[in-house]
Amino acid sequence: MSRISHVFEQLQQHGRRALIPFITSGDPDLATTLDLMHAMAQAGADLIELGVPFSDPMADGPTIQRSSERALAQGVGLRDVLAVVAEFRRKDGQTPVVLMGYLNPVERMGYDAFARAARQAGVDGVLTVDCPPEEAGPLTDALYAHAIDPIFLLSPTTPESRFPVVARLARGFIYYVSLKGVTGAATLDVADVRNRIHAMRGRVGLPIGVGFGIRDAQSAQAVARFADAVVVGSRIVQAIEEAPRGEAVDRVAALIREIRSAIDAGVGAQA
Amino acid sequence: MRRYDLPDERGHFGPYGGRFVAETLVQALDDLRNQYQRYAQDPEFQAELAHELKHYVGRPSPIYHAKRWSEHLGGAQIYLKREDLNHTGAHKINNTVGQALLARRMGKRRVIAETGAGQHGVASATVAARYGLECVVYMGAEDIKRQAPNVYRMKLLGASVVAVDSGSKTLKDAMNEAMRDWVTHVETTFYIIGTAAGPHPYPMMVRDFQAVIGQEARTQMIELAGRQPDVLIACVGGGSNAIGLFSPYLEDEAVRLIGVEAGGLGLESGKHAAPLSAGVPGVLHGNRTYLMQDDNGQIQETHSISAGLDYPGVGPEHSWLKDSGRATYVAVTDAEALQAFHDLCRLEGIIPALESSHALAYAVKLAPTLDKEQILLVNLSGRGDKDIPTVAGLSGLAL
Ligand SMILES: Cc1ncc(COP(=O)(O)O)c(C=O)c1O
Repeated sequence: MSRISHVFEQLQQHGRRALIPFITSGDPDLATTLDLMHAMAQAGADLIELGVPFSDPMADGPTIQRSSERALAQGVGLRDVLAVVAEFRRKDGQTPVVLMGYLNPVERMGYDAFARAARQAGVDGVLTVDCPPEEAGPLTDALYAHAIDPIFLLSPTTPESRFPVVARLARGFIYYVSLKGVTGAATLDVADVRNRIHAMRGRVGLPIGVGFGIRDAQSAQAVARFADAVVVGSRIVQAIEEAPRGEAVDRVAALIREIRSAIDAGVGAQA
Repeated sequence: MRRYDLPDERGHFGPYGGRFVAETLVQALDDLRNQYQRYAQDPEFQAELAHELKHYVGRPSPIYHAKRWSEHLGGAQIYLKREDLNHTGAHKINNTVGQALLARRMGKRRVIAETGAGQHGVASATVAARYGLECVVYMGAEDIKRQAPNVYRMKLLGASVVAVDSGSKTLKDAMNEAMRDWVTHVETTFYIIGTAAGPHPYPMMVRDFQAVIGQEARTQMIELAGRQPDVLIACVGGGSNAIGLFSPYLEDEAVRLIGVEAGGLGLESGKHAAPLSAGVPGVLHGNRTYLMQDDNGQIQETHSISAGLDYPGVGPEHSWLKDSGRATYVAVTDAEALQAFHDLCRLEGIIPALESSHALAYAVKLAPTLDKEQILLVNLSGRGDKDIPTVAGLSGLAL
């Protein structure tokens, strides 16, 4: 069983939900990325999404665009991201790491070379935002061959007839994009998301995480009542951006603790 | 004769093309493909399109035998397909009329577009005014500075122009921002892509709307010269004017096809916009194609004297035509394009767009190597009025 599936199984047994923070590797620099990963795991993150910076982040709003630009300004590329994961694995053998980014850096490295290197570094899942299942066959083959879970998106515009198309290739968990828009956009409509998650249950056969519109502890708590995982991205990246030099790690850890306890309190009250 | 019937059902031209977009856009692209395929067969839609092209755009555009210039170069006869004489001054409007008619039939009241030089933005704003649609044009902040007259033209036509400040602040970033708008307003908005690139069905659809260029040329060349040309030459930014001219000739293998990319300061300088000449395949803006990128797969900044060619990618069908050998791609420098610009002004009384001047510059190289019976047909994709401030600036004049 993959590290991702194992984490979800453990959480489910204890009636808990996964908290998945997103940060961009190399923002503000690679050393801080490593510190942030350990601090977030300590503060209650169950899985870490690590953004691979790309020059043309079409699915991202201004906050994550800027973080990508900060990382690129230092020349951070896919190989550096893998090196950070390998470094992280020296101390943390449990927390799954999912790379999130765009297809081109992976194409450039070559699917098989990438999958091999990612596995060696200790990567557990890969989400390429601009590679829908129809185009993903060769990539998923390479990932399966190296025991890495391909993560796929479902969106508010995905017709139910497509659920099986996505579910056939997806492993680990399904990432439900909670709104029509880019990362960090307007707040989400909780009732609407709940209905969609209900429609997916039983049809995708994997845990379902929700991301894109979760801006604070309160919305994380609301979503955790019906989703298996909550992904928080722009809010954390914003905290990194706003932190004075040297304070990003403490601020992010505090934010993770706050969201963690809101999620647990909400789910506890429900039980 | 080899039959040519690409793309396949999923929008692939061999390994190129496809539909590399976030999940949120998949359904919208399915709808667009279905609606486009339906209207491509619909006699009423085709009749309306033909009517608009004739009475609003001013088609057919003439073909002109540039005799003085041909004599001056001392070789092949050069003919020019005069897309510069279209309403709004370039080939771009052939496509925007088609897409706007489709948007109306799909019940979309809002259109968005990306633009580099501003020609596609102007052509989009124009048809939006003509058909009563709301129009938002995304344009890189750098290009807004370079192309001030076109920015004002779009505003006169009632469009809002949004400055894009991310990345390199040019055409590719404008396209990113247009995609972000589309993903946010996908139910009400039609995205009018301005070149034969992007996710399926755009490369196919834009090609089909631009194919009127080559279709007219096939008839006109028989009337004018009694035969088809030996060589077709067109500049390649995203590749829409080139594929529009080439596609009706693809199965006619006696006709050589040459696409001309922006060589900027020279391919060896790295400062150019010539992905087919000096790039490698990758995925950007919804399709797999040749791209200018570094070893990490980051898209590189481009340079060209002409804003309309200043793009790191190219339509996927050109990538396929390159690999298959059916078309050849070359690059000419800023300086060569500028020289051809001045030559056409002085010898033929035509001010060409700087984009089109790249195609002309390659004719300058090729014509003298051929004999006087040979025929080159060059796509004069647009007129140069928009470039007058740039050219004047290079001569040290501020207008
Ligand atoms: C006059 C003219 N020609 C050519 C181009 C390049 O586009 P494409 O390669 O799609 O024809 C442009 C783009 O702005 C243009 O304005």
